[in-house]
Amino acid sequence: MKKIVTRMGDGYLTEMTEGELKKDLENGTMDASTKGRIPSLSEDELKHLFEIFSNPSRFVSVEPGNEVILSFDGGTHKIYRLGVNTGRIHNFQLMERAIGADTMETGHLDYCFKAAKVLLFEEQQELEQALLVTMLPIFYGAMPNLGVYSQPDGPFPNPAELLPQGKIKEARAAQEETIEMAVRDMVSVATSLYEVGADGINFDTTGAAGDPDFLATLRATRILKEKYPEMCVELGMSSEFVLGMHGELEFEGVRLAGLYPHDQMKLAEKAGVTIFGPAINSVTNKSCAWNVARAVTFVKPCVERGRIPIHANMGMGVGGTPVAEYPPADAVSRASKAMAEITRLDGL
Amino acid sequence: MAITHTIASGMGGVRTAGDLVGRMQMTRGMKIREAKEYVAGKLRVSVADLSDPVVMAEVRGDLDLGRVRSIPKFSKGIDAKFRIAELLGIEINCVKLFKQGVARGF
Repeated sequence: MKKIVTRMGDGYLTEMTEGELKKDLENGTMDASTKGRIPSLSEDELKHLFEIFSNPSRFVSVEPGNEVILSFDGGTHKIYRLGVNTGRIHNFQLMERAIGADTMETGHLDYCFKAAKVLLFEEQQELEQALLVTMLPIFYGAMPNLGVYSQPDGPFPNPAELLPQGKIKEARAAQEETIEMAVRDMVSVATSLYEVGADGINFDTTGAAGDPDFLATLRATRILKEKYPEMCVELGMSSEFVLGMHGELEFEGVRLAGLYPHDQMKLAEKAGVTIFGPAINSVTNKSCAWNVARAVTFVKPCVERGRIPIHANMGMGVGGTPVAEYPPADAVSRASKAMAEITRLDGL
Repeated sequence: MAITHTIASGMGGVRTAGDLVGRMQMTRGMKIREAKEYVAGKLRVSVADLSDPVVMAEVRGDLDLGRVRSIPKFSKGIDAKFRIAELLGIEINCVKLFKQGVARGF
């Protein structure tokens, strides 16, 4: 029986029969469909996925005409994080001229607004210079990262310590105070970078600290868009599911805890977001085929129901890509092609 | 990761018209098809040409929109963005600020 070589969600190689591959694709789409209460993929879409995964080539790509726009999180960090001795301005030029990036992003190495606010002058200085020597659109990005506002890193009592003690009221109060401070930081940093020329602001990994994190970002977006209606705001999520760390927070009368991507997108639109980035986490003990089918199923309704461009998160461990330090190109290219061609989204 | 996605499904940035299509998503909130058609119309090329580095190198050269190579006497960096803003009929934030700075005088 013919065996298809593919990978698991942790990146390790595995072999499957055609029947096993088809079953994994069906199970992946059904998992998303059941959890998100959204349509599963059609027969034709599953067939297209099967062709992508059964293709023996090391690398696959979209057909001409199906190309999409790439935006990045932490884009300029990725080179000097390798230990390569370059600065951010060099990295912009490398990503523009050598890699062929459609857009690029910069941010503080710690990649959160709280850290960036104490170095605003240096952040502005470098961005201003980068804008003089580059042609591609530049985002300034960071994570809302509400976790860093809790003790011992921040000023507020830690909900993760209060909740196990049954101090639910106190935990919620701490989270509500955190939201206020995080909104101020996000608005302040985004304003400062926009006022020196950034083409857009990227709120990345939104919701990592649950519903308070998502609410803070929606509020910050609304403030920024009222202040600068022409500002491009990209909001990328951290997960397909908003964790209810508070549980009672609402935006525009909608409870945030438990929202799946298509509902997250609707609130992002209402807040004034320009580009929305759904994030679907990869499951390491399931195959890449299962993960991609699931991710595509979650993203498709965002594209169909949204008025704004959708850029799915396709970095390591999301969007059907494996959780591995060096994600293999065979797996990433399959996830990339599947996401672009089946969802018909606007970017990655 | 960046290289894999760029080759698998990206438009190609300044090698092609990826930066221009991206700007239409960012400034006008256009979906991909609308953004590609808008840029193709402004450049007077087909939508298919937008992802072709051979055609786009010529088009970008003719319109002086900035290219992969930094060629003496041709636009690059912010001066290329002046031309891009004018061609696409959009406001580019840093171009607007640059103009304001110059308008303040010497």
